[in-house]
Amino acid sequence: MTNMKEDTISAIATPFGTSGTGKVRISGPDAINIGSKIFEASSGIDIYEADSHTAHHGYVVNPKTGKTVDEVLAIVMIKPRSFTGENVLEFDCHGGMVPLEAVLELTLEHGARMAEPGEFSRRAFMNGKLDMAQAEAIIDVINSKTEKSLSIAMEQLKGGLSEKVNKVKDDVMELLAHLEASIDFPEDEIEGFDSNQLEERLKEIKEPIQKLIKTAKQGKLYQEGIKTVIVGKPNVGKSSLLNYLLQENRAIVTDVPGTTRDVIEEYINLDGIPLKVIDTAGVRESEDVVEKIGVEKTRESLKKADLVLMMLDVSQGLTEEDIKVYNLIKEQHTIVVVNKTDLDENIDFDELEEQFKEHPLLWTSVKEEKGMEELKNTILEEIFQEQINVDSDVMVTKVRHRDALNKAFESIEKVEQSLENGMPYDFLTIDLKDVLFYLSSITGETVTDDIIDQIFSDFCLGK
Amino acid sequence: MENNYNYNKKFEKEYDVIVIGAGHAGCEASLAPARMGLDVLTLTVNLDHVAFMPCNPSLGGPGKGHIVREIDALGGEMPRNMDETMLQIRMLNTAKGPAVHGLRGQADKKKYHQRMKQILEEEPNLDLKQEIAETLVVEDDEIKGVVTKTGILFKGKKVVITTGTFLKGKVIIGEATFNAGPNQQYPANKLSGSLEEIGFNLRRFKTGTPPRINKRSIDFSKMHEQEGEKGLTFSFDSPPFERNQVSCYLTYTNDKTHEVIQDNKMRTPLFSGVIDGVGPRYCPSIEDKVVRFPDKGRHQLFLEPEGELTGEYYISGLSTSMPEDVQYEILSTIPGLENAEIMRAGYAIEYDCINPNDLKLNLETKKVDGLFSAGQINGTSGYEEAAGQGLIAGINAALALKGKEPLILDRSEAYIGVLIDELVTKGTEEPYRMMTSRAEYRLLLRQDNADLRLKEIGYELGLISEERYQMFLDKKKDIERTLEFLRDYQVTPTPENREKLKSLDSGALKKPVKLAKILKRPEVDYDDLKFFAPELPEVSREVKDQVSIQTKYKGYIDRQMSQVEQFKKMEDNLIPEDIDYSSLENMRLEAREKLKKIKPRSLGQASRISGVSPADISVLMIYLEQEERENKDEE
Repeated sequence: MTNMKEDTISAIATPFGTSGTGKVRISGPDAINIGSKIFEASSGIDIYEADSHTAHHGYVVNPKTGKTVDEVLAIVMIKPRSFTGENVLEFDCHGGMVPLEAVLELTLEHGARMAEPGEFSRRAFMNGKLDMAQAEAIIDVINSKTEKSLSIAMEQLKGGLSEKVNKVKDDVMELLAHLEASIDFPEDEIEGFDSNQLEERLKEIKEPIQKLIKTAKQGKLYQEGIKTVIVGKPNVGKSSLLNYLLQENRAIVTDVPGTTRDVIEEYINLDGIPLKVIDTAGVRESEDVVEKIGVEKTRESLKKADLVLMMLDVSQGLTEEDIKVYNLIKEQHTIVVVNKTDLDENIDFDELEEQFKEHPLLWTSVKEEKGMEELKNTILEEIFQEQINVDSDVMVTKVRHRDALNKAFESIEKVEQSLENGMPYDFLTIDLKDVLFYLSSITGETVTDDIIDQIFSDFCLGK
Repeated sequence: MENNYNYNKKFEKEYDVIVIGAGHAGCEASLAPARMGLDVLTLTVNLDHVAFMPCNPSLGGPGKGHIVREIDALGGEMPRNMDETMLQIRMLNTAKGPAVHGLRGQADKKKYHQRMKQILEEEPNLDLKQEIAETLVVEDDEIKGVVTKTGILFKGKKVVITTGTFLKGKVIIGEATFNAGPNQQYPANKLSGSLEEIGFNLRRFKTGTPPRINKRSIDFSKMHEQEGEKGLTFSFDSPPFERNQVSCYLTYTNDKTHEVIQDNKMRTPLFSGVIDGVGPRYCPSIEDKVVRFPDKGRHQLFLEPEGELTGEYYISGLSTSMPEDVQYEILSTIPGLENAEIMRAGYAIEYDCINPNDLKLNLETKKVDGLFSAGQINGTSGYEEAAGQGLIAGINAALALKGKEPLILDRSEAYIGVLIDELVTKGTEEPYRMMTSRAEYRLLLRQDNADLRLKEIGYELGLISEERYQMFLDKKKDIERTLEFLRDYQVTPTPENREKLKSLDSGALKKPVKLAKILKRPEVDYDDLKFFAPELPEVSREVKDQVSIQTKYKGYIDRQMSQVEQFKKMEDNLIPEDIDYSSLENMRLEAREKLKKIKPRSLGQASRISGVSPADISVLMIYLEQEERENKDEE
């Protein structure tokens, strides 16, 4: 038993919070090899050559895009001197949850498999790293974590996801059953496909998977960042606020796949929560802001904002222009920031309270850095009030789903490749079955018998 | 112990293995141990029906044909028996990939039976007797022998039951029902009771056959002829099949046929409730097809000759248990069969079978040591599936007597492995038929490489002769030699080579490449390579095919091989037989009960039991490791 060779697994090995640090652990024969593909040490050494029990400062870099994911400390442990008794590589990340998740995904893309609940401990036990007294505890962990992750998976699937996944799965199943029926019952009259038809069918499978991946990536809180728009009439301090937030909290991660950076967007890492700040300060100050916002495009981007920071200027008082701006955004999650408290007040406190009673109201002086902590906390509160709790298991489930979707996508691409190369049906089914397997892993079902059931429900076969 | 059983005479000879039944499972189960040097007794209800084909006169097709090839590689008799006696052979699915090519042959029922019977008769270690086995003699959960209907006690160390559809067989033709085995033979009515006494829960399955009609009444001119192909054989070692082949014919049902069936629906046993056995979905009766798929305008029928010395034709696709008068009416609507004379009416048959969950992977029952079962009694259907199991049961009975490890083929080695694993691990709710889509490593389990997969095993068992083995080794050497040549030989982009590629509609050559790379191109055949490499090894067609498949589909094959590596890790992880699942308190109750019932041999098998989750497997692994450490401490 103890000598059973296993594959390489990976997972986030620390609980999350908004504290912003955490550990990704890879364990198994390929752990160091996988790590070396995505890690660039500051010292320039290849971590694959590193001695056991050494720590290396450097960066996790996505080899496909060349972009840095996080600044990390990589710790190498060669078997059997590790927690699991296998080769282990740990990345101590400090960019918060987003990079943790991104690092984990990179390890999955480069050959690791997502660890099952309690799998590190189980391997540790199997390799004699834990004593008998701990066996029961591990079993408890496995059972409780499995139960928990199942319930979370169910929870997540309640949304549209399972319906969409099932729809694609049905399409895959139908195609597969058709191909299999014609393979297993060559003497029955089953209409085949020509390659154009097949191409079409594959496209019908591929596109929704692609869409699902996109949606999965919009696990907004972690991936795209909270779209935050700063609005206000000219000269209320929008640029100063943005600059302040930027210099204090410049995000390490900006290369979220599938998103592009453009000039008016900046990423801010606020205690581990990514904010994508859309800076209307880019609008030329001389122009009429309301008019500018009135432009349909800007209006659209405002509508899509997750959070609006509406800025006022104490010294200018509450103007008609302010009210116009406010009317455009009052349905949104808005924080009203009354800035420039360092200047003379020219504003009616009660009027403000009355006008903006539906939203939090803060008093700041960006220039003197007053009220900034409070602002950050209020932003976080706003986010968490709306978003689900930041729970590590929820996040893990999402990574799992994304991983499965990515792999399903890769597999459908392989089917297309086989078709293009003129491979016969049998070869199409190989990867098509993988597509089905990965999709089913999201909804938690097994499929082998289903295909056979489908064959017999779709076709009149046999003699 | 014998005093507990009623018998008139104890037969003087004591056997190593007694096989009950001489159908396709029984013949293999008898021959294998006899050829392995053990004393075998084979009992059959009717000596004139040894290796009889009560249903269609054919073998093979995708999946089933694969099994026949595997039987050959393991030294079974079915493939050679077929090659010697068959009327026609074809390769199906040739355009769908090498892994799903399937041999299909038309059998001459009489000759098939006669030759197989003769093989059994001539086998020195085998006694073939016409006897009806009625009682299993069991002492302390161990099999001791069999008592027959006529009161003879045969003592045997191992017993293999291969009763097919004989157990409490009941034939149904419309409103008429009577107790009978297949083809209205004498049924085995008592053995079921003996099995139930031992503690088996029996189930009722159903299957059916179409009417047989006289050749002189068929108008073949209204049908489409289907001829055979020269040169093909089921056995790797048979000489090429060059005899004249007999054709089959295609015709179709139509709206009128369907009308007749709909009109007589209430007289159909299937819908009126007379039949309560579970029938197979892949072998539906015509009434079932018409009712379930009302939109299908026609159903294909396939006329197969039953033999050279008979005019009987089998109407494949027209299986039915409708009243005989309705069968006449149905036939009269079908082009070419308007005047068909029925010689035997179609019928449905119900029979008892056991739940294969009660078996171990060596096909021995969990309840009684030394008692094996194979074939339709295990819930399968098909001659090939039966023969495959019979062979394994026979081999394992022999291996047990020799004190050797059982032969258990896993899902990555053989369709026979897939078949037995699924029966034992998952059970079956309908008569089980093999299909290639059941095999997850289909690309590796090809019919062309069954010998490469299994012949070594057959030889080690003593079921493959030295001569056949030597032929195999030569073939293997040729394959390796040729593959090496392809890997090493370099082709340069000379004008002639370019021109040749162009003539093959193949892409241009820019830089020197290995010959294997050229063969990888879909449009290039092995024989085309001669132009680029005059020293190309001269090898047999089989070797060329093997080398081409291994080269052309290497990427896919390698991928499945690495999956198999992963699979083997779990498969090789054996679970001690004496494990007490009820003591695993931390495991979910459902999982514990399933494991207790199936008693999986390995962690791999355990993971395939429905209702056992990956988390349960993790818990089981930890438990096993705990046990191991405790045992070590005690030592």
